[in-house]
Amino acid sequence: MFAEYWNPYIERMPIEDLHKLQEERLRSLVRYVHDHSRFYRQRFREAGVEPDDIKKLSDVTKLPFTSKRDLRNTYPTGMFCIPENWVVRYHVSSGTTGKPTVVGYTQGDVDMWTESLARALTSIGLGRGDVIQVSYGYGLFTGGLGLHYGAERIGATVLPTGAGNTERQIELMQDLGSTAIACTPSYFLYINEVAQKMGVSIHNDTKLRAGILGAEPWSEETRKRIEDSTGIKAYDIFGTSEMSGPLFTECHLQNGIHIWADLFLIEVIDPKTGMRVEDGERGELVVTSLDKWAFPLIRYRTGDITILNNEQCECGRTHPRIMRILGRTDDMIIVRGINVFPSQVESVLMRIPEIGDNYQIIVDRKGPLDVMTVKVEVTESTFSDKIADLMSLSREVGRQLKNVLNITAEVELVEPGAIPRSEGKAQRVIDMRRV
Amino acid sequence: MERIKQISIFAENKPGRMARVARTLADASVNIRALTIAEAGDFGVIRMVVDDTEKGYKALHDDGFTVSETDVLAVEIKDIPGGLYEIANTLGMNNVNVDYAYAFVTAKAERAMLILRVDDIERATEVLSDAGVRLATREEIQNI
Repeated sequence: MFAEYWNPYIERMPIEDLHKLQEERLRSLVRYVHDHSRFYRQRFREAGVEPDDIKKLSDVTKLPFTSKRDLRNTYPTGMFCIPENWVVRYHVSSGTTGKPTVVGYTQGDVDMWTESLARALTSIGLGRGDVIQVSYGYGLFTGGLGLHYGAERIGATVLPTGAGNTERQIELMQDLGSTAIACTPSYFLYINEVAQKMGVSIHNDTKLRAGILGAEPWSEETRKRIEDSTGIKAYDIFGTSEMSGPLFTECHLQNGIHIWADLFLIEVIDPKTGMRVEDGERGELVVTSLDKWAFPLIRYRTGDITILNNEQCECGRTHPRIMRILGRTDDMIIVRGINVFPSQVESVLMRIPEIGDNYQIIVDRKGPLDVMTVKVEVTESTFSDKIADLMSLSREVGRQLKNVLNITAEVELVEPGAIPRSEGKAQRVIDMRRV
Repeated sequence: MERIKQISIFAENKPGRMARVARTLADASVNIRALTIAEAGDFGVIRMVVDDTEKGYKALHDDGFTVSETDVLAVEIKDIPGGLYEIANTLGMNNVNVDYAYAFVTAKAERAMLILRVDDIERATEVLSDAGVRLATREEIQNI
């Protein structure tokens, strides 16, 4: 049995009360960071803003933005607001796109994170009696431990497999009856591929019914593929390491990710101008933490592109929703002057049944011209022996990409398995131009 | 049954791909009777007739290749000038189109063997048989 809401009082709080709560928390947060952090004091001074200037919720726009650059410049703990001996845990980002970033947590911060996920997991219908296989990496990465704590809190059984050792994951999934799995969507597709090779059908031979998938942008079309091929429901999960880690998911209605407004204040801005966009327009997600103390965030630019939805969800939760992450401001590639998000390419490819679940985008420069090549795998079920069929498949993929992206992409058909699989975040783009 | 099965393999146009295919078949003790490669830029299709199609198909499939089976005809050609003309003309006159063809010669048979992929295999079988052309059976290919 599972509860409908984990924290009904907060989750169904009337929107005016929620705003009042946010306003109170924002005021004390601004006072707190001003008093406890040299970094924020200096930032406020540069922006010409005092804690007393922040009275109403809308005053948040007077505050300066912060970004990953600030974390790097203050590496490792320059943005923390507490003495280091109050930190109960560190997580450290991989640093694949630069210097690593360090996030510290007080006991209260870990509890807030856990509460957030307890609400989220409950909202998708999980609870006592569920076996949640956590296949996100454990360790410095936030995914594994975050989900682990959240799943334990709601009384579910945790199977902490971590990432990797895929055949064993599938055996344990069967032996211990996992009902939900948390991992990246690309890793889940890989698990399904390996299961098929082992002669295991996720649909018939396991009890899996939910996937909590995220940590990389993925498309609605990929969700459809996952759900159609495995019979599970795939739920989007969101959170960045700076915010704590994975924090929010869609509810069982699968229509946008609920962002708990008592914990985070969100805005969506035009990344170029820094101005807020209208609800329903895409832009960069900016977050302010309202209940986080070791490393609070003031208007932190996540780099994630999404759309804000303030309409109330039919599930009864009053908190705002964001649409699935459409891409990142920094994973956008510019090819011949045109902006391309890997998620756009993905949504085209996943609509074409003749090609496999994996793809890779390679951007290179030939002479003065950027050339984008999209590698896709031919599936055995549709391979026909006729060269003409393969050529027309390749042309069709190119045509559909051109329709959506407005640029010509070269399509390369490759053998199944030729594109490297990933156990964590998939590397979808290889940009050779920077070398 | 006159029609035989050909194995087709999707392969990227890269060094070593052919060797991997050949290695898989060698390990499975499958003997290749005839082979052709059709290339189309980045990729190609390797087509072959082998002594034991089922075994060959399974070995390649299990090794992760993208494989398909196609019905083709194995037609005996008289090893004299005009041998091919007789067959091609019969098919052409009867409006059967040849998608592709490749030939091999066997020492034992003293004849050339033409592997044919046509658009209408029923009709091709009928008109070639009527014209007195011999079509090799699966067993014959196996026992060459």
